[in-house]
Amino acid sequence: MNAIISNNELPQDDFAVEREDLLRVDNVSLSFGGVKAITNISFDIKKGEIRAIIGPNGAGKTSMLNVINGFYHPQEGTITWQGKVRRKMKPYEAASQGIARTFQNVALFKGMTTLDNIMSGRSLKMRKNFFLQMAWIGPARTEEIEHRKKVEEIIDFLEIEAIRKTPVGRLPYGLQKRVELGRALAMEPDLLLLDEPMAGMNLEEKEDMSRFILDVNQEFGTTIALIEHDMGVVMDLSDRVVVLDYGKKIADGAPGDVQASQAVIDAYLGVSH
Amino acid sequence: MLYDIFIDPFVQMVEMPDFFLQVLWEGFVAGILYALIALGFVLIFKASGVFNFAQGIMVVFAGLTLVGLHENGVPAFLALILTIGVMGVLAYGIERVVMRPLVNQPDIILLMATIGLTYFLIGFGEFVFGGEPKRMIAEELGLPTGSTAFEMGERGLVILQHIDIAAAVIAIIMVTALGIFFNKTRIGRALRAVADDHQAALSVGISLNQIWAIVWFAAGLVALATGIMWGARSDVSFALEIVAFKALPVLILGGFTSIPGAIIGGLIIGFGEKIGEIYWGGLVGGGIESWLAYIIALIFLLFRPQGLFGEKIIERV
Ligand SMILES: Nc1ncnc2c1ncn2[C@@H]1O[C@H](COP(=O)(O)OP(=O)(O)OP(=O)(O)O)[C@@H](O)[C@H]1O
Ligand SMILES: [Mg+2]
Repeated sequence: MNAIISNNELPQDDFAVEREDLLRVDNVSLSFGGVKAITNISFDIKKGEIRAIIGPNGAGKTSMLNVINGFYHPQEGTITWQGKVRRKMKPYEAASQGIARTFQNVALFKGMTTLDNIMSGRSLKMRKNFFLQMAWIGPARTEEIEHRKKVEEIIDFLEIEAIRKTPVGRLPYGLQKRVELGRALAMEPDLLLLDEPMAGMNLEEKEDMSRFILDVNQEFGTTIALIEHDMGVVMDLSDRVVVLDYGKKIADGAPGDVQASQAVIDAYLGVSH
Repeated sequence: MLYDIFIDPFVQMVEMPDFFLQVLWEGFVAGILYALIALGFVLIFKASGVFNFAQGIMVVFAGLTLVGLHENGVPAFLALILTIGVMGVLAYGIERVVMRPLVNQPDIILLMATIGLTYFLIGFGEFVFGGEPKRMIAEELGLPTGSTAFEMGERGLVILQHIDIAAAVIAIIMVTALGIFFNKTRIGRALRAVADDHQAALSVGISLNQIWAIVWFAAGLVALATGIMWGARSDVSFALEIVAFKALPVLILGGFTSIPGAIIGGLIIGFGEKIGEIYWGGLVGGGIESWLAYIIALIFLLFRPQGLFGEKIIERV
């Protein structure tokens, strides 16, 4: 992992020069039957940054994340991951290359405890061979304990010790979102995709979540792509922002510049809420 | 008439407790075997939302493979291991050829596919091993024969067939092992994850294909155990397939996604069927065993439409 870099120390304009691409999408288009969800979008995500993706409802933000983690396969365009053009890949392949995510509508394993949910994030880190594990419970168990340690660290980090053994279906929404973040962190990803991690939260919960996101970025050096509607949060957290509207990219740059851009103002004013 | 229905059976139970115990025992053994079959269904349904019509024929196919190999001179234990291998290959093949191409198709398509699989296995099994009933190689596998009579003081005898005891023990071991496997291991966690939320499971890097191959293999092992036990009590023949229909009421009772449900449901049907047949069957001229299970399930359904342990039906993504 990279050295610790604080978001506010670097002048934001220098991002493009200072860092290498972790991911690039070039001329990506995606449609569902007649619906064009994404039209010819290109942008990059630099190593170590927090990259916000914003835009009005239906702009194609979630679709973009789904393309990145292999849920959707764009009809056109290329995706370059760590310098190599990526072939069409399945979600679990994207996961095994270091891409983790959370979902706009929390997608947890409702029947399982917080601990087990986060533990499931370790799936790929564990022994590759299923059948070995079936045959030798012993070594598999030692391995399990090692992973437990890592998971406990994450639980400490997210301050959710109290709900370790609670089935997540019973948790309030804000905590579920936190557990979901924990599950993604357990994958020790290179790129973390967060789809509206603060939707439906009160101010205090938002502040907690913001702090976790910043800490993940700064302490673990994890690159983050963040979809968020709350402009305040976007301004505070992100290094660079890409703005989508009706599936097209309408702005890309430092948060302040983007916010001042006429195209962005129009896009937001044009949408009645 | 009322006396015959409401009083006489209970009087008999009390007056001849040895006989009643015997009936209970037989109900228990049958129940455990039903539970095993239902378990095969539950595993696959839980992980993929597919109702595996072929579970019954997998029981026959496993039994036939085992016996067939032995008939061709393979020693019993080696035959057992080879059969386990065959079930593994079958699981892998089904995942590749049936599940993978049909993923995201409507459930009914997958059900049809498993019906197709059923006919394939019947045809293939007959082609390789012939259609005649075969004797299960229970003794050769070291399963006990004979029986023990337990005296109950002056009240008579209860006779336990050793093979039934073995069946019960093996079933219990198998169910416990599966329980540990699914609750304590990574694969078990992955399976529960897949059952809970396909998308989320994919996002943490769980491969659906691998999980499916594993549940089909587990269902194949359960089928093999059922085939051996059931085969030892009758014969190994395609007629065995119909015992799979006994799993349906068990599933209705226990819910399609619950492992404990399959076990408890199996026992309820097993006990209910035997007791019903012996004590009430005479009233309608006997032979009620074949449909009583459905009546029991229907009565339960009236009170608990979601089944005993039913969770909400899981949708595939
Ligand atoms: N699986 C799908 N099938 C059909 N259409 C889809 C699918 N996924 C997304 N779309 C369409 O693509 C467009 C973009 O949707 P997307 O969910 O990416 O928007 P979004 O920017 O995330 O919006 P929101 O802020 O509301 O979450 C919408 O018109 C949506 O209806
Ligand atoms: Mg969205």
